[in-house]
Amino acid sequence: MTAPNALHNAGKPDEALIRIRGLRTVLNGKTIFDGVDLDIPRGRITAVMGPSGTGKTTLMRHITGQRAPDAGEIVVDGRDVAKIGRRELFGLREKIGYLFQNSALLTDYSVFENVAFPLRQHLRLPEELLRNIVLTKLQAVGLRGAAELMPAELSGGMVRRVALARAIVRDPMLIIYDEPFVGLDPIALNQILKLIKTLNQTLGITSILVGHELAAVRLVADSIYLIAGGKIAAHGAPEELARGETPWTRQFFSGEADGPVPFHYPASDYATQLGLAGKAALAPPPVVPAPRAIEPERKP
Amino acid sequence: MIANKATSRFTDGIAQVGACGIFLVQILRAIPRSMRYLRESVRQVWFVGAMSLIIIMTSGLFVGMVLGLQLYYVLSIFGGTAALGTVVSLSLYRELGPVVTALLFAGRAGTSITAEIGLMRATDQIDAMEMMAVDPLAYVVAPRFIAGIIAMPILACVFNALGILGAYLVGVSWLGVDGGTFWSNMTSSVDVWKDVINGVWKSVAFGAVCTLIATFQGYTTAPTSEGVAYATTRTVVFSSITTLALDFVMTAFLM
Repeated sequence: MTAPNALHNAGKPDEALIRIRGLRTVLNGKTIFDGVDLDIPRGRITAVMGPSGTGKTTLMRHITGQRAPDAGEIVVDGRDVAKIGRRELFGLREKIGYLFQNSALLTDYSVFENVAFPLRQHLRLPEELLRNIVLTKLQAVGLRGAAELMPAELSGGMVRRVALARAIVRDPMLIIYDEPFVGLDPIALNQILKLIKTLNQTLGITSILVGHELAAVRLVADSIYLIAGGKIAAHGAPEELARGETPWTRQFFSGEADGPVPFHYPASDYATQLGLAGKAALAPPPVVPAPRAIEPERKP
Repeated sequence: MIANKATSRFTDGIAQVGACGIFLVQILRAIPRSMRYLRESVRQVWFVGAMSLIIIMTSGLFVGMVLGLQLYYVLSIFGGTAALGTVVSLSLYRELGPVVTALLFAGRAGTSITAEIGLMRATDQIDAMEMMAVDPLAYVVAPRFIAGIIAMPILACVFNALGILGAYLVGVSWLGVDGGTFWSNMTSSVDVWKDVINGVWKSVAFGAVCTLIATFQGYTTAPTSEGVAYATTRTVVFSSITTLALDFVMTAFLM
């Protein structure tokens, strides 16, 4: 079950598994993406980072065909996901593992049944083999002993680990981890990082990591895309981006309030709103800049 | 301003009816695919049917008792208390059984279906199924729709049986109507096809409508706590109104 995936990716290591060209998305009148070009290479771990609300999860929804773009092309494993039929899309999704931001465990099913769900739906495996696969994945995330518990009995971190076990249970061609580190304690975080790396190295699984935690991401990611203002603001190896050579990377990775990404949501004058305008004794209120136009900077 | 708002609400309402119609077509198309989830359909029959039995039986008994009391009083004015069994049974089989069962079903099972599917939507479980290449219409919606259609007529029959028992207890055991007259008049005046089966057909239609509304509201709810709460309320309101309106239409055709 695992060998074909590794073999599949090993055969064409330099080819992009996902190729996005000219992606444009408008949500509720707001432009989320405006001409985004992006490549996810096979067998690599690629991180997608950016400030909250920049559309990282929306990008993942485009890649998995959950949302069609307003313009542009999204090719996954040679198929344009916006143009293929439902049957073909479902066939493609069978090869994708997706860790949802809020885990999305099926609340009526036990931990074991949640992890077994994709196997039961698509494969007619003998019960003993299915049980062994599920227990192996639960062991990998440290929750074999929690197999019979219900999702409501788990902590937030445990729920995420079960969701991770479910995402990897079929050893997919591509795994999308949407905020995988949220709610994990340092021990679990370290183990999950190791698991992500191991899955990539041993099975050649292509991985997309969406997150904010640079310290964790740089330990496993081969490259990082920084998204801001609807464009790719920076792209390169974690070490390159962490050096903060551009205003975007400097602000994002050092967490400064001042920079191309405004911390404050655009608002009217602070002092005027508080009714203090014109009072000379008071210091002038801070001026909130409007978001700047973005000069995309891409590294080859 | 008010006219614009009223127009907007009207057009929104029409759009909702249209969307619900499309949703019904999608469910009907998903039913063949849902046959592989037969166990889920059986589980839902248990959940929406068997779990509703207590409220249906209790309500049926009390409705029958009230009917027995009221009709005994009215019939006694004309000296026709012997017809108590006939009048009670015809009222229940033809109208009260299917309609009251549907209203109770909407309140008990309908809200539960909406809240369950709505929460699945709000917590990304529906999206997760899609991502695991499992069709949520076939796995989540169609089994509940089938279960509603199967459970409603059975529940209506149980309601009718308990209603007649309630009327018997009041009329015969308490108020002194002759038991033999009660049963013989009932069996001689009730026509299986015209009265009982027509009532069953109504129940099937009400089951389809109530479950369609419940699943539609849950599936299309805004993915928030507030959205689920509103959807649950809409299920009861829309199901009740639609049931009563459909009852009139079906009665006019089945008379």
